[in-house]
Amino acid sequence: MLTVEGLRSRYGRIEVLHGLDLTVESGEIVTVVGANGAGKTTLLRCLSGVQPVSAGTITFRGEPLTPVPAWKRLGRGLAQSPEGRQIFTNLTVEENLRLGAFLFSDDRVEKDMADAFAMFPVLKEKRNLAAGGLSGGQQQMLAMARALMGRPSCLLLDEPSMGLAPIIVARIFDVVKGLKDLGVTVLLVEQNAFGALKIADRGYVMETGRITMQGTAAELIADPRIREAYLGI
Amino acid sequence: MSELLQFLFSGVTVGAVYALVALGFTIIYNASDVVNFAQGEFVMLGGMITWFAHAAGLPLPLAALSAIVVTAALGVAMNKLMIEPARGAPVVSLIIITIGASIFIQGAAQLVFDKQIHSFPAFSGDAPIRVGGATILPQSLWVIGGALVVFAGLWVFFTRTLLGRAVLATSNNRLAAQLVGINTNFVMALSFAVSAGIGALAGVLATPITLVAYNVGIGFALKGFAGAMLGGMGNPKGALVGGFAIGLIEALTAGYLSSQYKDAAAFVVILAVLFFMPQGLFGRKSADRV
Repeated sequence: MLTVEGLRSRYGRIEVLHGLDLTVESGEIVTVVGANGAGKTTLLRCLSGVQPVSAGTITFRGEPLTPVPAWKRLGRGLAQSPEGRQIFTNLTVEENLRLGAFLFSDDRVEKDMADAFAMFPVLKEKRNLAAGGLSGGQQQMLAMARALMGRPSCLLLDEPSMGLAPIIVARIFDVVKGLKDLGVTVLLVEQNAFGALKIADRGYVMETGRITMQGTAAELIADPRIREAYLGI
Repeated sequence: MSELLQFLFSGVTVGAVYALVALGFTIIYNASDVVNFAQGEFVMLGGMITWFAHAAGLPLPLAALSAIVVTAALGVAMNKLMIEPARGAPVVSLIIITIGASIFIQGAAQLVFDKQIHSFPAFSGDAPIRVGGATILPQSLWVIGGALVVFAGLWVFFTRTLLGRAVLATSNNRLAAQLVGINTNFVMALSFAVSAGIGALAGVLATPITLVAYNVGIGFALKGFAGAMLGGMGNPKGALVGGFAIGLIEALTAGYLSSQYKDAAAFVVILAVLFFMPQGLFGRKSADRV
């Protein structure tokens, strides 16, 4: 579904992605794990089109994605729940969700919103409150729900566990796992390698702008180098 | 009593013009957090282009329409040529760019048109309507009606339409707006077009009363800004109330104190608002949790 080949990207003169290769097949949950500063977020920013690509190709559902501007990519089926959540803080929870379905104005919008509220009941309670007043975990739920309102075939998730209490992280990972049944393919970028690998089918390990290891999630969890470097075991 | 009523009439008339200018500020501010100080020039262009087209032989309604369309197009050009290339610059820099644009438009108007004071006929004649011992011009009713209609339109746009919310979303978080599929460049162009069009409409409606010349814009911009600040920047309701309030304060100052102090009234209001309630009357309190 998503193929990345030889991807390079830079901030000014400093190259941060040095030629990445990565594939995500339809229906998979794939995770990219790595330490802070490895370039994980930059990779997702390239995929969503808000970060320029200096070399390499991105192919999504058989079509080149690089020339497509960021605002048209959701229409192609690629949604992102970005780093730092990036919700619309001065709009209400409900308005945030409605804007997630900005591309649509049919009856399904109402149904999708009901599904989002069923997935995260706390958002329903707070539907008329300004999103900026939500707690960190609730904001993360809103960011994910908003991305799903765009009816993506593939969802890019950037550090959904960042800064959240373990019990909320578990809840979020449960929801990510459940996306598979909804037919949504997931590319999950995480520092929390253990949590991510537990729910993923396959994984990539990223270090300083390169993929250094890849394999099935089970292989990676069992690998002594990963256990030492990322899982703290 | 009839004296007070007369002051109120003139205050409401000029207040309606300020309210239109303040409403123009609202849209661009909502889309980009930028206070567009060239907003007053749009008013001037509305009046000048209408006068010019009318003098060239176009019937008045057609001249007015062409002034609004041309000014809206100039607003789009201003966004494309001055604001868009500086995207990513701090908001203060963008505001300074709009001040530069204002000076540029004034100079260009001086060259393209002239330095004379102009007017064109009022839409419904000049016979004053007598109400309770005071009089009001039919053109005043046009201005007041214009402000109310524009307000109603904007209120519906921002609170009831998805595109209106997309404008708010663009100013709140441009990155996230793109991620949900909003073409943020289009939103910016649209907000400049609508703002400039509303400014030009104010010029078209007000010119038969206030007259127009190349340099009237800055005054409208400052008074409209005072109104927008008083009402709470970004809120159409605040812009309407604030604009009318500034007009009334100005008329009452001129009537009971001295017309010398008329212009000072607006600035006293700006200072008072900034000192005591920077959110304005209807401003959003921003409460972000991190």
